Amino acid sequence: MAAVAPQPAEAGPLRRWAPLLGVAVIVIYCLAPFYWMVVSALRRPSDQFSNKIIPSPFSIQNFKDVFAGSNGFGRGLLNSLIVAGTVTILTLIIGMVAAYTLARLDFKFKNVVLAIIITTSMFPGISLVIPLLKLFIDIKWINTYQAMIVPSLSFALPLAVWNLTSFFRQMPQELEQAAMVDGCTPAQAFRKIIIPLAAPGVFTTAIITFIAAWNEFLIALSMTNKKSIQTANVIISQFTGTTGRDQPFGSQMAAGVVVTIPLVIAVLLFQRRIVAGLTAGGVK
Amino acid sequence: MTATAPVAERPAKEPKQPKRQQRFNEGTGRLAALLLSPTLLVLGLVVLFPIISALRESLFTSGTTLDENGFIVKGSTFVGLDNYLDIFKGDTGHRFWNAFYNTTFFTVVCVVLETVLGVAMALIMHKAFKGRGIVRASILVPWAIPTVVSALLWKWIFQADGIANQLIGTQVLWSTEGWQSKLSVIIADTWKTAPFIGLLVLAGLQTIPAEVYEAAKVDGASVWKTFTRITLPLVKPALLVAVLFRILDTLRIFDLPFVLVGPHKDSVETLSMLAYDQAFNTRYGPAAAYATVLFVYVAVVAYAFVKILGADVIGEARARKPGGGGGNGKRWRKKNAAQGAPNTAVGAVTVSGGGGQ
Amino acid sequence: MAVASSLALLATACGSGDDGSSSGGGSSAAALEGRGPITLASGKDTSGNLQHQLDAWNSSHPNEKVELKELPDDADAQRQQMVQNAQNQSDAYSVLVMDVVWTSEFAANQWISQIPEDKVPDLGKLVPATVETAKYRDKLYGVPITSDGGLLYYRKDLLTAAGITDAPKTWDELLADCQKVAATPGGKGMSCYAGQFEKYEGLTVNFSEAVNSAGGEIVDKDGKPNVDTPEALAGLQELQNGFKTGAIPKAAITYKEEESRRAFQDGKLLFLRNWPYVYSLANKTDGSSKIAGKFAVAPLPGKDGPGVSSLGGHDYAISSFAKNKATAMDFINFMASEAQQKDNLAKTSLAPTWASLYDDPALTKQFPYLPQLKASIASAQPRPRVVKYGDVTAAIQQAAYDALSKQSDPKAALAALQTKLQSLITQ
Repeated sequence: MAAVAPQPAEAGPLRRWAPLLGVAVIVIYCLAPFYWMVVSALRRPSDQFSNKIIPSPFSIQNFKDVFAGSNGFGRGLLNSLIVAGTVTILTLIIGMVAAYTLARLDFKFKNVVLAIIITTSMFPGISLVIPLLKLFIDIKWINTYQAMIVPSLSFALPLAVWNLTSFFRQMPQELEQAAMVDGCTPAQAFRKIIIPLAAPGVFTTAIITFIAAWNEFLIALSMTNKKSIQTANVIISQFTGTTGRDQPFGSQMAAGVVVTIPLVIAVLLFQRRIVAGLTAGGVK
Repeated sequence: MTATAPVAERPAKEPKQPKRQQRFNEGTGRLAALLLSPTLLVLGLVVLFPIISALRESLFTSGTTLDENGFIVKGSTFVGLDNYLDIFKGDTGHRFWNAFYNTTFFTVVCVVLETVLGVAMALIMHKAFKGRGIVRASILVPWAIPTVVSALLWKWIFQADGIANQLIGTQVLWSTEGWQSKLSVIIADTWKTAPFIGLLVLAGLQTIPAEVYEAAKVDGASVWKTFTRITLPLVKPALLVAVLFRILDTLRIFDLPFVLVGPHKDSVETLSMLAYDQAFNTRYGPAAAYATVLFVYVAVVAYAFVKILGADVIGEARARKPGGGGGNGKRWRKKNAAQGAPNTAVGAVTVSGGGGQ
Repeated sequence: MAVASSLALLATACGSGDDGSSSGGGSSAAALEGRGPITLASGKDTSGNLQHQLDAWNSSHPNEKVELKELPDDADAQRQQMVQNAQNQSDAYSVLVMDVVWTSEFAANQWISQIPEDKVPDLGKLVPATVETAKYRDKLYGVPITSDGGLLYYRKDLLTAAGITDAPKTWDELLADCQKVAATPGGKGMSCYAGQFEKYEGLTVNFSEAVNSAGGEIVDKDGKPNVDTPEALAGLQELQNGFKTGAIPKAAITYKEEESRRAFQDGKLLFLRNWPYVYSLANKTDGSSKIAGKFAVAPLPGKDGPGVSSLGGHDYAISSFAKNKATAMDFINFMASEAQQKDNLAKTSLAPTWASLYDDPALTKQFPYLPQLKASIASAQPRPRVVKYGDVTAAIQQAAYDALSKQSDPKAALAALQTKLQSLITQ
């Protein structure tokens, strides 16, 4: 039977082209709507309603509008970066510690803890805003970064903890034990053995956390009323047309492109380096 | 930190009993509490506190009567479970069950589609070939676009004279009541979040050692068999976490139907939208009651999901019970992999033989 | 009372607050006192002129500066930010730029301060219909700064080609004109009329206009629902028949302002009901509009004569939780002044509330639609001024949307709406 089994590589066109075809289909599926976003952003505002597949004439007016001085969009991007970056780092640190604890230590109520953590992801987000606003007004957190960071952190933690726990649990314990025999402290063993091995999981958690925090809108809107601290998403929601009733679709799409592309490029650039860096300390 | 994880222990049950005694000591518990405290503190402050205040809120009602000057009488009245009972009464009840059905429908359809697509994406991303980075980036794109913007984008695509209608050559009024509005939400949601599952599954795939596949290849296992008997079981923990969180999110779906189709449309009204509608009209008691009902529903679904499929996700309980089942050799993978591939290879041989390829 | 307030303290989550002095006193016209810096919560400043106006105020009032707090573009989101802040008794927003339909809810909840009429010296100079929008139970809670009224845009070129000289004054004339134009070469493939019929606030506006224009009403003078009448039925049936006969294109059920403007600008519509903002956009010669210079405006058509528009626009109100309310009052008067309104109209084309500006020759030259708009606004009906406006408008939309999209029995729809409104407007 093994003889009949199709051989990989030079095993006929289907075998060779099927994955490529799959790749093409998936890439087109993912990018076609995004393409529409990009071309919509690249039309002249006066051609906003056009359905032409390629914008003609081509214009970067929408992008200029996005960065027009009064919008404060540049500052918004910076604020988004500060919030999402801090959330990602904190989530990873706190989440990894918690996940490692849950994966390796044996103690009572472990399932209860896991259940409590995920329970916090079950309440409709829109119902959290008013109590949180009251709380943050009381503790004078309005118009502060922490008013956006802490809620985003709490939204990101459940997934991070659960996901990392499932990764850590699959890591071979023997390696840590061996490391500890060699004189590593448990913390060192965790850092030098487990994290590198679980790098794909850690990295994915980082991406997902960053994007989720980067895209958070409701809390960022409700907890701030100063332009200088608002995130890019909040600024986008304030875009208007020339009169208030006409919708500035072109500049909204341009802003969408501006907040998406750097994110994707950053992930592309960093992934090799980060994964490589994390793996470097690991087992050979 | 000398505790031995059940992961490594699973295949050998004999030495387990004695070690368990050591593991259940005060020190471990305290250490665990210390290490978990930051997580629990953040969650307690930002989520648990509002949830508890919402639970209390749901037992009160306010702002329902006007005084003789036309001012709303301030203060809240304790109404017990009235806010909950009202949900199921008459027209409101009809609306609730419709929203309940929509929410469930969206969750089942979207999560199934997203899982299939997401796994396919992960497998493709995992294949080593040139331009993999580009593929990965393009798959990341839908997930990276802010929901606010992507909902607008899809609204634009699905307009009466939008590109979607131009492509299919007929005028479908997507935002009107009916199957088409449901479909538009499903298309947009699947597009946006299949990459989420894809990314998490990819990470799971990347931790599978190449030896496992090589062994399977040597044994001549078919592609399908390799996938169902090796890949799928090995990525199961990552996949289950991804699917579980997608279920939680889709059950709370709000933005897409709200922006894409609009509020108060029977075809796409979800439970979150009902809660929002109450809060929007400043009826915070009923809003909290809706939110709580949804919360309970989500919790029940999540519990059932973990019970039925997710032994590996929080499988500690089962692992502790000798003969608790559910393991089926899913946990020995790393160990076996680390020791070399013979066991897996044997498995693969059995698989391919049984398959009659 | 004691029980009520202790329970109120229990329900901390929504911050309903303790029973202050204001609820018992009858009149909540707390003195507008205090001077110092304030904030203005508004949707985004579209033209930059608002900031320009603020700069003018700030340079002459260095100790009472106004800071602009920009809210999202979406009106519902603006309202929600204001409500959330009021729920928490936050003083973040001093002056609120409020949609005219929010007045009753905000006033009844005492989120905004009553304004004694003698504090607004120019009140008599403003269009009376707009001042009414800022009142709740005959007391003033805001000052109207901008207004808005519906206009009938029509293709003057095509009407002329079909030998029609005047814009239609009644709905029947409008339909007859469509027949005539359809027979001309230029009218081929065009739809007759569209307004805004998506299920949102615009549908309430269009439905109210149809009902009011046919001689009906939604609530009567005393605020009681009165929509189950032959007149209201006639109004609803006009729209329903429009959809049935194709005079209103099917796609119009998905139209908001922008979609309908696009259809008109693309030359697909002979008549369009929309707001004044369309005028300058549809006249753009940069290629975005195919009908620049080919259209004109007229008052909305009615059953037997000119129709009745719904009233739009924004009132400026003072948050009850604001500090420096005296400054806030002065600032509102500044914004309401003739000079500022004139400046604002010239730069932003937002309809003013200062009556005499509509007759200003220079402005009329710049905005040729001003006379029609004046007529539209002067005779306009406010949408129901009720505390539970959110529920009322949702009920209206439900009834109208079902009647238009499913062609359900209009009589039954209005009867059901009447019942629903009665339960919502009992107080």
